[in-house]
Amino acid sequence: MSGQPITFFGRVEKALGDEQLRKAVPFTQDRLRAGRFQAADELGNIEEWRDLAAQIRAHTLENLDSYLEQLALNVEKNGGYVHFASTAADAVNHVLRIAQEKNARSVVKSKSMVSEEIHLNKHLEAQGLRVIESDLGEYIIQLAKETPSHLIAPAIHKTRAQVAELFSEVAGRALSDETEVLCQFAREELRREFLEADIGISGCNFAVAESGSIVLISNEGNARLTTTLPKVHIAIMGMERLVPTWSELDIVVSMLTRSATGQKISVYMTVMSGPRRRGDIDGPEEFHLIVLDNGRSDILGTAYQEVLKCIRCGACLNVCPVYRHIGGHAYGGVYSGPIGAVLTPLFEGYEEWKELPYSSSLCGACTEVCPVKIPLHDLLIEHRKDEVEQGHVSWQEKFAFKVFGYLTSHPSLYDKAVRTGHVATGWLAKEGVIEKGPGLLAGWTSIRDLPRPAKQSFREWWKQEKEGRGRDN
Amino acid sequence: MKISFFVTCLADVFYPGVAKDAVEVLERLGCEVEFPQAQTCCGQPAYNSGYHKETKNIARHMIETFAGAEYVVTPSGSCAAMLHDYVKLFEDEPEWLEKARVLAAKTYEFTQFIVEVLRVEDVGAAFRANATYHRSCHMTRLLGVKEAPMKLLEHVEGLRVTPLPNAHDCCGFGGTFSVKMVPISEQMVDEKIRHIEETDAEVLIGADCGCLMNIGGRINRKGKPIKVMHIAQVLNHSKREGGGSYADENRE
Repeated sequence: MSGQPITFFGRVEKALGDEQLRKAVPFTQDRLRAGRFQAADELGNIEEWRDLAAQIRAHTLENLDSYLEQLALNVEKNGGYVHFASTAADAVNHVLRIAQEKNARSVVKSKSMVSEEIHLNKHLEAQGLRVIESDLGEYIIQLAKETPSHLIAPAIHKTRAQVAELFSEVAGRALSDETEVLCQFAREELRREFLEADIGISGCNFAVAESGSIVLISNEGNARLTTTLPKVHIAIMGMERLVPTWSELDIVVSMLTRSATGQKISVYMTVMSGPRRRGDIDGPEEFHLIVLDNGRSDILGTAYQEVLKCIRCGACLNVCPVYRHIGGHAYGGVYSGPIGAVLTPLFEGYEEWKELPYSSSLCGACTEVCPVKIPLHDLLIEHRKDEVEQGHVSWQEKFAFKVFGYLTSHPSLYDKAVRTGHVATGWLAKEGVIEKGPGLLAGWTSIRDLPRPAKQSFREWWKQEKEGRGRDN
Repeated sequence: MKISFFVTCLADVFYPGVAKDAVEVLERLGCEVEFPQAQTCCGQPAYNSGYHKETKNIARHMIETFAGAEYVVTPSGSCAAMLHDYVKLFEDEPEWLEKARVLAAKTYEFTQFIVEVLRVEDVGAAFRANATYHRSCHMTRLLGVKEAPMKLLEHVEGLRVTPLPNAHDCCGFGGTFSVKMVPISEQMVDEKIRHIEETDAEVLIGADCGCLMNIGGRINRKGKPIKVMHIAQVLNHSKREGGGSYADENRE
């Protein structure tokens, strides 16, 4: 990522010092969150919807191989080409090969997190291709030379004034920061790009196995232009992003838009079943579907399998109190927020990402809203367990929990420890408060006071009062 | 009704006054309260940090300690949720799983027990104050207790509770999160305090000593004039004379 510090805490510090981000993220987060909860209220029985969506996703994962086969057969039947990519590099190579065969010079993209995952733009540009992002948010961050900081609102961390500044640079004149002016400018710029592009690249919100269709959910219409104007359309999908039939599509799309923005349905829902056919008035001459594994099949059958139910709605980001303050870039991976904290270490290991599972207060807000019932905070605990078992924690912490575990399973020792708490902290406390603690306590007292353990613990009081009273009676 | 009181380590060590108030309220409502002396901690710090082997030892000990209890009642939604979570911990150990299920079924958070089991909403408390209430994430989301504390507070004579803006956001405690992710935790607790200030409340009431220790500790550090109280202290405020009884003052 350009311009981002290497360490997690470095990135956090940068984010916390970014006044624009600190204004922009909570503002949009509150709106998206409110939308989701209003949509849930309107449905009335949101828990039943979540149950159903979760079952659909779980069933699909259990039978992923056969549904993928069905999808591939139907895409080919429709006249499209299917390419399986086991790694990010494989996926990139498929795109590059197609671009080469078509002598392509420019590519227009609609929003796709999977293309971010394989760092497609970087590779295309390295081959001399011109790449234009056509989603408004993606266009903004492309101009800013950044990466998306949110699954569905990639430029959530930018204020309108910052966008005006970026657009003015491209325009060569000062644009006002009115939304209409900025949108109009982007629209004019992008329209030309759509007409000139040789290849359109999109993601895939869902593929429907029974008909070999690709479904795109969007609000700007750019996905439709991307997939119809250029002669070649390449869709890239994570291998888990499919549903068996149109009946299931109905449920998961309903949950996607409501969870993401609170909309009953997005402005556009685009369905493509193969390239242009005889008699069609538009559509690409050639359609390619790239199905990306990139570590997903390794997650199947593990304690983390449920994370593959994810439909990338971003609801967990929209309720996360940590994301609220640090934004998406601080997480460091392609996916941010709670889902990113679960996914990134799975894809890329703990070595570089060991802080991510701890970047949560385990408040459970993510688990509560997830439309497909991924137990996100439980999976973060699962990661912590694996980090402990694989030795990614300090010996001091290990030792501390060994002691804690021993004390708390040996009542007479625990009893003694509780009783000595007050006396043992005498040297630290001033007027009943500890302002500067040693070791682990230092983290606590660096920003808060710690009360001194009480002179008489509850258990001592009980013994004295209650048992005394018992004898008197 | 006979209940076994689980005090929790934080209340035992730092806020015995909260625990005494909880016991007194329960007794006033006709409960016979016993305190199994062998109890320790629910094990949540170890569980949430990934030390599940250690947590299992703690859980087995707690399950055995409360084996004879009719009801287990605790003044913490978070610790109650942890006792419920033993079920997850023993998924692959049928013998302990069964015992964990039995414990979970009889374990209640303090306000939940009063409202759902004792079926009491008015405990006869009086407390004159402008307050706001922090709803605590584990209590509301993991344990699913949202209404009980509000119902109890509604019936406290003289108490005005102003809704807390962004009540759904975590206060930044999160157990070890508060010491491992200090800069983030700091922003979270500061935002929580800003919202508390927006309500003009003189008293912040909560039902979990962890959250209260975090918010209260930060309030203390910043020298803000907001009192922090556990709901048990408010509900036991009938006999005493007016004014607040700040958790820390009540610890002696």
